[in-house]
Amino acid sequence: MSDTASSASGAAAYRPRGRGPLRRILGEPLGGLGAGLVALAVLGAIFAGVIAVHDPITIAPIDRFLAPSGDHPFGTDNLGRDLFARVLFGSRIALSVSLGATFLSLLLGVSAGLVAGYGPRWLDNGLLLVFDALKSFPTVMLALFLVTLTGPSLQAVVLVVIIANAPSYARMARTQTMSLRHAEFVLAEQSLGAGAVRIISTHILPNIIGPLLIVASMDIPVVVAIEAGMSFLGLGVRPPTPSWGSILNDGFSYIRESPWPVLAGGLPIIVTTLGFTFLGEALRDAFDPKRSGGEKR
Amino acid sequence: MLTYAVKRLGLALAVVGAVIAVVFVMIYVIPGDPAAVALGPRASPALVAELRQRMGLDRPLPIQIVRFYGSVLSGHLGNDILSNESVLTIILGLMPHTLRLILGAMSWSILLGIPLGCLSAMRPGSIFDRITAVLSVSVIAVPAFVIAIYALLIFSIGLHWFPAIGAGEDPMDELYHLVLPSLAIGLGWVGYIARMLRASILDVQGENHVRTARAFGLSERKIVFDYVLRIAILPTLTVLGIGIGQMLSSAVFAEIVFARPGIGKLVYDAIITRNYPIVTGTVLVTTAFFVLVNLIADLFIAWLDPRVRYSLQR
Amino acid sequence: MKPPALQVQGLNLVYRTEGGPLHALRDVSLDVAPGEIVGIVGESGCGKSSLVQAILRLMPANATIASGRIALEGVDLLGLDPEAMRGLRGDRMSVVFQDPMTALNPVLSVGRQMIDIQYRRAGSRAAKRGRAVDMLKRVRIADPERRLDQFPHEFSGGMRQRVAIAMALMAEPALLIADEPTTALDATLEIATIELLKKLQREIGCAILFVSHHLGVIAELCDRVNVMYAGEVVESGDVRSVFHRPSHPYTLRLLACDPARVAERSRRLPTIPGDLPDLVNLPSGCVFAARCPQVFAPCRHAPPPFVRIAGGQISRCYLAVEDKAG
Repeated sequence: MSDTASSASGAAAYRPRGRGPLRRILGEPLGGLGAGLVALAVLGAIFAGVIAVHDPITIAPIDRFLAPSGDHPFGTDNLGRDLFARVLFGSRIALSVSLGATFLSLLLGVSAGLVAGYGPRWLDNGLLLVFDALKSFPTVMLALFLVTLTGPSLQAVVLVVIIANAPSYARMARTQTMSLRHAEFVLAEQSLGAGAVRIISTHILPNIIGPLLIVASMDIPVVVAIEAGMSFLGLGVRPPTPSWGSILNDGFSYIRESPWPVLAGGLPIIVTTLGFTFLGEALRDAFDPKRSGGEKR
Repeated sequence: MLTYAVKRLGLALAVVGAVIAVVFVMIYVIPGDPAAVALGPRASPALVAELRQRMGLDRPLPIQIVRFYGSVLSGHLGNDILSNESVLTIILGLMPHTLRLILGAMSWSILLGIPLGCLSAMRPGSIFDRITAVLSVSVIAVPAFVIAIYALLIFSIGLHWFPAIGAGEDPMDELYHLVLPSLAIGLGWVGYIARMLRASILDVQGENHVRTARAFGLSERKIVFDYVLRIAILPTLTVLGIGIGQMLSSAVFAEIVFARPGIGKLVYDAIITRNYPIVTGTVLVTTAFFVLVNLIADLFIAWLDPRVRYSLQR
Repeated sequence: MKPPALQVQGLNLVYRTEGGPLHALRDVSLDVAPGEIVGIVGESGCGKSSLVQAILRLMPANATIASGRIALEGVDLLGLDPEAMRGLRGDRMSVVFQDPMTALNPVLSVGRQMIDIQYRRAGSRAAKRGRAVDMLKRVRIADPERRLDQFPHEFSGGMRQRVAIAMALMAEPALLIADEPTTALDATLEIATIELLKKLQREIGCAILFVSHHLGVIAELCDRVNVMYAGEVVESGDVRSVFHRPSHPYTLRLLACDPARVAERSRRLPTIPGDLPDLVNLPSGCVFAARCPQVFAPCRHAPPPFVRIAGGQISRCYLAVEDKAG
């Protein structure tokens, strides 16, 4: 709202007390739910070896397509492998790829953005063109193309994620760097003889990293989706390593025989993407200065 | 307005040029001999060498770059390894199927997303609004291909409400076959559009000119539909324009899951048969298509908004 | 006898905030006779905007009118349902807001907006368009026929404000509320706009509630004035009496701080030391006590009464001497 602000005239003397960020995140029902779902996935990944009764890659053709039961909580797939174990171990792939690839994307993207924002004009223009070009590739096309060249692998998945996500981070970092570049404190540092590297690392980087981290955390569900999608197409992890996408792939081939593999493969993807998305939204709301302490619409 | 259009066109062309360069770099930088990859592991060294020579891989780098640009820009994307048809012809022949899917997805997102967004904005904080908000976030979060597979499982195989395979024969049958796959792609966008529109409308409603409209006693309906929506819809249209590229990605999955003809299935099959020119050609065509759609969307939005149009004319 | 154009009695407005209820308006009373121009003057934070919002019943969601009465031409506004209230807006009462640059819809032509607000009137579109053209002529906008089809961003700030005035007066309302209409304009534009308002008011005969923090404009335009501080009306009366013989200590300080009145040229402008009080935790006595140079014992105990003093003014102060003769 414009000047009919929720705080009235006379609020100059009044300071609203907002709740701390953590309370705000967990206080919102969706935020709490998101945190819970993420915790579920993380715990599943960490304790996969302990929780899973069966081994995820042991083949038992006699037991193919079993329905869920006490022994096999999610049933078995087309090769008789325990789906519950495969899902649990698949979460290791999903989470490690998500976190690793996101980290690398941030690293490369922010570095490129800092250079583009701080460096000479021609470098900026050139880098911008590269960023825009990379962002123009439809992600799946990019994945298919890359894997044609390199063959399917986890590294290919990470590379696709980086190419798909880093340009956005680079653009954000670039914009923010450019606005800070002419700030007074930077000029002051320059006049004191500080070199570009020092200025960038000590002064610019800490100021821009906050919003970037929030955006990156909101991209995690996208990365999970990319990994699962690529594995579904057979472009990611190679069998017999369980990935949720490959569970889905196997299940899809036999979808008319049994619904359980498909259900088992899709469920963790849904849980993880929902969880990270809810959590990311709550995170963003908690740190949004417009909303902290004010009334919710 | 015209200078802006020309500038935008120039930028788009530069991006396409950069895209071609990126593809070239990826082909020749990533380790692995493209010719050997194309022919498969059982090809004899002599055959590989011959293909290398035919593909011009033995020429010096600058010449390769020039040849690459030359052939791409003149439409010679190579020939299908198996059938020896022109790649471009094959791709253009299958594009309409994929475009139909994307159009269907866009239709869903507009037909469902816009009303939901409007209704949510008119009753902020209500039960309807809250439920819509949670559902919107949820469908955005879940990947489209998972939605597609589950939709296939539940509505096709389970309930037999919709066909599971193919694109259909006559127009009515085609529409029938289109429902489930396009909904799978479009559902996430329904949520996105509903959310965006709701936020836009609420934002615009807080602006001073809406306060003026209220102060003159205009009805809430008139304010929302004639005064607010006109402005609030603009960012939503922008989003749709960009979304087409993403919908293309989702369309690939939908084509594979529902066994429909189209670009997605083409590329997927091409990988399995190592039909290398097809993959390269498709990447180039779809990316260029995406850049073109972005350009058109940008110009259209700029033209629609009188403020932008005016500032561009000065 | 006609009822007053506007009558506000004992209005109390409270905002719900995270820190507690914020008492934005306390016991505010004022009236505007038909055809009269009444001013409201005060600094930022005194409650002027809240008062305007309350009269229009266009308040933010967390605002409640705790008690009081607002009547437009004798009709109790607080008892009306939203539809009836909507019927009055733009018909019997209208508004001109402060910022002309954002007051009009940017993607609709001015003509479209001026025709839309005439929706209550029967008649063809052409007739309504004609009325809009006439109004634009009256506010001295050249080439009105062509201008009607243009968009707001094609008008200058001063012209946009004139369009806003034209829109507000087109329905010939009983009350025009002008919420700091000239604050965003430069000095020469301000004078021209005030002159225009005066002229139109004489022609149409509407009452005006004129809100401003610019004392000179109030003095020029208004018949009577209400001085507000921190949500209360501290002094009200005939504009000449209040400005020449101010009674309330706040009014005195306010007038002394007016740059136009400062006798000697110096680099420092006079100010009133201190800050606005916390409206959530109100002081128990007079709201101005903390900053008042004439504060004494009773001031901190209870809010002072409204005293009618010589000259016809009302001052809310323990120091005010009641005029037993009037």
